Amino acid sequence: MSITILTTIAVIVLLGKESFEFFKEVSVVSFLFGTNWSPLIPPHSFGVLPLVCGTMWIVLGSVLFAVPIGLLVAVYLSEYASDKVKSYLKPVLELLAGIPTVVYGYFALTFITPLMKWINPEIEVFNAASGAIVVGIMILPMIASLCDDAFSAVPGSIKQGGYALGANTFEVIKDILIPATKSRIGAATVLAVSRAIGETMAVTLAAGATARLTADPFVSIQTMTSFIVQVTMGDAPAGGIEYLSSFAVGTLLFLMTLVMNIIGNQWVFKSRIRVV
Amino acid sequence: MKKTDDSLTSIIELGTDDEHASVVNSKRMVKRKFYDKLFYRLCQSTIILALIILVVLIAHILISGLSWLSIDFFTNFTSRFAEQAGIKAAIAGSMWVLFLTASFAIPLGVSAAIFLEEYAPKSKWVEWVQINIGNLAGMPSIVYGLVGLTVFVRYLNFERSLLAGSLTLALLVLPIIIISSQEAIKAVPLSLREAAYALGARKWQVVFLQVLPAALPGILTGVILSVSRAIGETAPLIVIGALSFVAFTPGSIWDEFTVLPIQIYNWASKPQVEFHQLAAAAIIVLLVLLFAMNFLAIYLRQKYQRYKL
Repeated sequence: MSITILTTIAVIVLLGKESFEFFKEVSVVSFLFGTNWSPLIPPHSFGVLPLVCGTMWIVLGSVLFAVPIGLLVAVYLSEYASDKVKSYLKPVLELLAGIPTVVYGYFALTFITPLMKWINPEIEVFNAASGAIVVGIMILPMIASLCDDAFSAVPGSIKQGGYALGANTFEVIKDILIPATKSRIGAATVLAVSRAIGETMAVTLAAGATARLTADPFVSIQTMTSFIVQVTMGDAPAGGIEYLSSFAVGTLLFLMTLVMNIIGNQWVFKSRIRVV
Repeated sequence: MKKTDDSLTSIIELGTDDEHASVVNSKRMVKRKFYDKLFYRLCQSTIILALIILVVLIAHILISGLSWLSIDFFTNFTSRFAEQAGIKAAIAGSMWVLFLTASFAIPLGVSAAIFLEEYAPKSKWVEWVQINIGNLAGMPSIVYGLVGLTVFVRYLNFERSLLAGSLTLALLVLPIIIISSQEAIKAVPLSLREAAYALGARKWQVVFLQVLPAALPGILTGVILSVSRAIGETAPLIVIGALSFVAFTPGSIWDEFTVLPIQIYNWASKPQVEFHQLAAAAIIVLLVLLFAMNFLAIYLRQKYQRYKL
């Protein structure tokens, strides 16, 4: 038990210390609000917004893809599927969830991107959209199973009350099931966002390594996570500014996911129904 | 809630005798039935879409990689030439990491879960630890990599060894093992404990001779799933500096190493198609390993699902 506390303390102290070293050289304001990120090639510039922008493209795309589909899959599982069908589908979802992210990265690079280029040849080989879709596929099982848990926690009597009044299945889902579970659906979304922010290998492989502020999802971008991979793969000397910058980005990443996780877990707790 | 009221009034209106109203309502009835059907089809097609994605994913990998699977692929080290490249070092590395991570994380995680469930007093402090574990479980894996890099690689001077990599991964899976073991222990009915106490058992006898055996299948399932997560993990190992070009099998925990996912990443990020196919072949090996572990976990759970709340 104390190991987990030690880990937490280690995370905070280490990230804090290395980031402190970094912020001795680069001001916090210019880090958080700077719009130019070029830590490896002089002239150095450490504005993190392009990386945040890249991460946001991935988050936005993957959530738009995965939340509606995940929700419908969960509705199907809990309201329509027979027990037998469910006993086959649930393990399939778990298999999808257990596939390592580097495999999804490979899939994006060698299948989704060529597919997109086949539709529109103008698209760059590394692009945010392909990364977003594959991260969406990745977080889909997570959203589906969280929503399915939420639906199965709704007492059957409320639904039966709806049916007794003559509502059909769609109306029961729309007017009873979804309103009753909306905070947990929200929580699932927030936790999925947190997963998408922290996702590393799939976006490193699929979305490229060009940090830029862009409104076009079909060009190469760089996320916070893939920047950390880039720096640590490139043997940046320990203590150098490039090395330290990866800790500053890591700290930002940690804080963002921490806030998301706290909000998400709070919502799950708040929704009175017992948490599984 | 307003919407609910609308649809409920419409349902009540159905009972009126007014001819006009019933015509309107029968139209509405048709519409309601239509939406009901439409929504059902929509749900059905999303689940089919999800299945298609899975099938395409696996088919795509099998088609690209299957022809590269040969005995040589398992017995050769990686190489600059695609024809001679193999995954001997990666498999050996993955096995080492699997074994080491499991032996660090499982005892710690399971005992932490037993402590939290059976011994820890109900205090604010314990509650805080519990929230803390939940947050650690949601922390991005690459942040664990940064922690491992500073603590194990630099402060403790383990270099880029198997030990540093496995310790980092052990930290990563520890919260997951704790949470799933806690779930398993929680699911053991109180009556079992009470019966043991009634027979005069001591606390440790209740915990270790009654609760633990009953919770074991659940704990095993969680442990298998978290360890299988560890062997699929790439990012933290890249951060601590596991190599991608290793032409030897590690002989001790101090040796440098590579693992399957890193080998896959390395091959997939090369521009040549042959290396992409090699990556696919390595993915097949990795997935077979992971699916086998997953099936074992699902089998254990379904066979021993006796104490479910």
